[in-house]
Order: sequence, then C-alpha cells, then structure tokens
Amino acid sequence: MSSTLDTPTAAAPADGPGGSPQRRARRGLPGGGLLIGAVVPVLLLALWWLVTEVTGTFTAIQLPAPQAVLSAGVGLFESGDLFEHMGISLQRVLIGFGIGAGLGLALGSLLGLSAIADKLLNPTVGAFRAVPSLAWVPLLLLWVGIGEDSKVILIAIGAFFPVFTAIHSALRHVDAQLVEAGRAFGFHGLRLLGTVQLPAVVPSVFSGLRLGLAQAWLFLVAAELLAAAEGLGFLLTESQNNGRTDRLLLAIVLLALLGKLTDTLLGVLERKALKTWA
Amino acid sequence: MISPASTLTATSAAAPAEASSAPPETAAPSRRDYTSLDVELSGVGRAFGSRTVLRDVSLRVAPGEVLAILGSSGCGKSTLLRAVGGLDTGNTGEILINGSPVQRYDERTAVGFQEPRLLPWRSIHKNVSLGLPRSLSKAEGRERVDELLKLVGLHDRASLRPREISGGMAQRASLARALARRPGVLLLDEPFGALDALTRLKMQDLLLDVHAQTGTTVLLVTHDVDEALQLADRVLLLGPDLAEPHPAEGATIARLISVPGQRPRDRASAELAALRGELFSGLGVDSHSH
Repeated sequence: MSSTLDTPTAAAPADGPGGSPQRRARRGLPGGGLLIGAVVPVLLLALWWLVTEVTGTFTAIQLPAPQAVLSAGVGLFESGDLFEHMGISLQRVLIGFGIGAGLGLALGSLLGLSAIADKLLNPTVGAFRAVPSLAWVPLLLLWVGIGEDSKVILIAIGAFFPVFTAIHSALRHVDAQLVEAGRAFGFHGLRLLGTVQLPAVVPSVFSGLRLGLAQAWLFLVAAELLAAAEGLGFLLTESQNNGRTDRLLLAIVLLALLGKLTDTLLGVLERKALKTWA
Repeated sequence: MISPASTLTATSAAAPAEASSAPPETAAPSRRDYTSLDVELSGVGRAFGSRTVLRDVSLRVAPGEVLAILGSSGCGKSTLLRAVGGLDTGNTGEILINGSPVQRYDERTAVGFQEPRLLPWRSIHKNVSLGLPRSLSKAEGRERVDELLKLVGLHDRASLRPREISGGMAQRASLARALARRPGVLLLDEPFGALDALTRLKMQDLLLDVHAQTGTTVLLVTHDVDEALQLADRVLLLGPDLAEPHPAEGATIARLISVPGQRPRDRASAELAALRGELFSGLGVDSHSH
C-alpha cells in the first residue's frame, strides 16, 4: 500500500527544495563573490591615492594620502594608544549592547507572550521609543555623570529598541495554527514557548540583534563625541581639534572595520541558528 | 465545491481495487496497542455571540466506528469536531468520551488539521514525535515514530524538513503525528481538503489502511460526499432541521445515514450512487444524476 502512495509524490522533493541546485551553482566560484565585492573599494583607494599623492588636488589637511593614514595608524600603534582607543570603544559597545539587547529580549518576550503585560506596558514603551534616543544625553550627564556608566547606558538605550521591537512583533505574529497544534498535542507554558514560539521567532530576533548592534556603534560614537577621554569617538574629536585629518580618517576606518567585524560574528551565529531553526 | 470530486469518481473507479490488492506490508503496530473509545454527544450546541452555529446534536459513536461529518461550508462541522477534541470549550450540552467528560485538549483524542501544521524547522521524524505521549521513554518514542512513518510510507523521508516534501506527504506526516499518542478517538478536520484529487484518493485509501490496523474511532469532517461514502460507517449530515416548518438558527442533525458495504467500497456502486443523490439534495445541491 505504501508503495502505491509514493508514486505521485516521488517527483515532489525534486521541485520542493528547488533552491538548492541554484545555490550550489552560485557557490560554483569559490571566493568569486569576495573578488567582485573588492573591486569598488580598490578603485576608491586608487582614486584617493590619485587625487592626493599624484595630482595633489587636496592638501594634507583636507584629505591626507592613504599612506599618511596608514603611518598615523602605525604611530598610534607604537605608542600603544591605538589598541587602548579600540579596546575601550569595543568594551563599551559590547557591554552596552549586551545590556540593551538582553533587556530588549526579556521585555519583548514578556509583552509578546502576555496579552495583559502588552496592554499594561506597550503604551509606555511606545512613548519612550518615540523620544529620539540622543535626547536622553543631557539628562544622563546630569544624573549619571560623564563616566563610563552614562556611555554604556546610552548605548544600551540605542540597542534596546530594535531588539525589543523585533521580538515583540515576531512573537505576536507566530502562526496561531502552529501554536494551536502544539496545544492540541499537550504542550503549554514554557514547553510550548520552547517548542513552538521561540524557534518560530529566531530569524526575526537575529535581524533585530543586528540592527541593535549597528545602533550600539552609532550611539557609541555619539557618547564619545560628547564626553570622553579615550575611545574612537574621542580620537575623532581630538584629531579634529588638532588638525590631524590623517588620524580622523583612521578613526573612521577603524570604526567601519570594528562594526563590520562584530556584525560578521553575529552573522555567523545567525547562520548557525537559522540552520537549526529555520 | 462538490462537483469536481463527483466527476472524479467515474475516472478513478479502478483505483481502490488496485490499491487494496496488496496487503499492507508494514511493521504494523498490533491492533491491541490501540484503544478505540466511544463518543457520546447529548444536546450539544454552540453559539458565537448571538449567532447560533450548532444546536441540539445528540448521537453516540461506537468504538472503532468511522463517522463522517458532512455539511455545507460554515455549518459548524469543524466546530463540532473541535468541541469533541477539547480545542473549543464554549459548547452547551454534554460530550462524553468513554463515559467521562471531554477535557481541554483531551489526551484521549488527537487532531489531524486541514493544514499539516508541521513545525518548519523540525525534521519529519521530530515533527511526528511531537505527538508522542510524555510517558514514553526516548527509545520507545523513536521506535514508535519509526513504526508510524512506515505505516504512512514516509520512513525514507524521516530526516527531511516539511518544506522539502509535497503537500500529500506533509498531510501523511500530520496523520502519523496524530496517531503517535495512540488516540482513542481520531479527529480529522477536512484532512485531505487541500490536496489534489488524485492524492486525495490515495490518502483516503491510506486512512482506511490505518483504520484497519488501529481500529481507532474516527470522526472525519469533510465537504466531499464521495469521501464520506467511501470511508464512513455512518454519515452525519449537519444542516437546518428540514422536518421543522420554520427551522431555528443553527445546524443540527439533518440526516444520519448508515453506509452499506464493507470497505474499501466500489466507488461506482449503484447503492452508493443513490445515497450520494440523497446527500447532495440534503446539502441543497442538484446531483445531476438523472
């Protein structure tokens, strides 16, 4: 009997996971995507070198040559300041992001799962979200002072809302039919959460986390521009004040690199999670 | 709605004979492992707000019986089924399974939904094991799922994800999941409604096969008259009570018909054709048979 059943459906898996042969074809050129992606940056670098070193269109104050930026980096590296600036900025982002994302996950889960908590708290959270986050800066400086705490809090505020919004709305939109099926087979409470609801929102949670991380870097620079004695944001203002455009550009490049690096690490985690859950 | 299925019976009359000739060659769970329970409905009704959907449904379903619940769309078929499974608890009257009232999400029942409702991130094997009772050990559970996947012909797809199999296979996985707790009453809510006509016929044969092996009581909601006649011991037609001069709002038992003959039945038999005509007219559809 079972063999007769297989006949109509045997062809289906071939067109079911239809994406995979295409994906394999796209992967046919190992590193091909990387090479193509490098074309524009290399061209930009060449153009930069051309208008500074070769034609001299810009002065060193306006736009220093690539080599000057590199040697500024080497100089800061030798004095030990480079890793100090990078380290403290990375530390602030990681702590702030950890706190903000953690609170976002917790509060987003609570409001996403409990209709009562949602009715009670969502208007308040919505009101706070409506405040442009940088508007908190003067209040933070007044209340917490210029130390590490105010910076970390500001970064946490920045990371909180994207994560909160992502998990909150994802949980509210988990397929009600799947949840009912889970209940019908005897799942409820935490078991239902772990079996049906949380896995269902994993993709949205990760996109929320990545947005939150980008926000964390944004708010780091804001915090360090305003009041700091070290960090990449501080390096930006200090270099501006001293007319060290080479260091200024270096700080921008380092921010881009660190931002990209942390996002890539999160992306690796995301791919692993999606492999398991989606 | 109904005409495509009825035209199909003519072309597919040969199919069941061929399908049933081969004896099921699965490592079948012995029939003793399954219990079949009786379901007793007395004065069951359901209203949503001020709108009465069901009223005064009283009927006893014997252990091991297959009852098809037929009715036009929106007449409360699914509502009745959900009440028996404890998915919906707002009904009036009394529903007893094996003599005791239905509990919320009653463990003695299992539901096969119209959609497969498989978790997309889990393999077929793990989806089926979702239906296992908690009391089972891991090894026992794995063994039972393997058994069920063989029964529904999916043992070689166990590691695939739901999106990698066809709709018919997904529905078979859903059936296996419902059987995993060895329910005393299997509740099927238009389980084959979304499948193409050919797959639907094969699924009907599979269901007969499963029923022959498990003996479980089955309540099957369908809008397909031929499906009901092919599968059921009795057909319950829900609709307005035509015996009343001014039928009240809400569907009730319009007809309760015993279907003659052993399963699998000849889809082209004259006896069934007469019943088909009767059911169609009960549904308010001209059967075009004369």
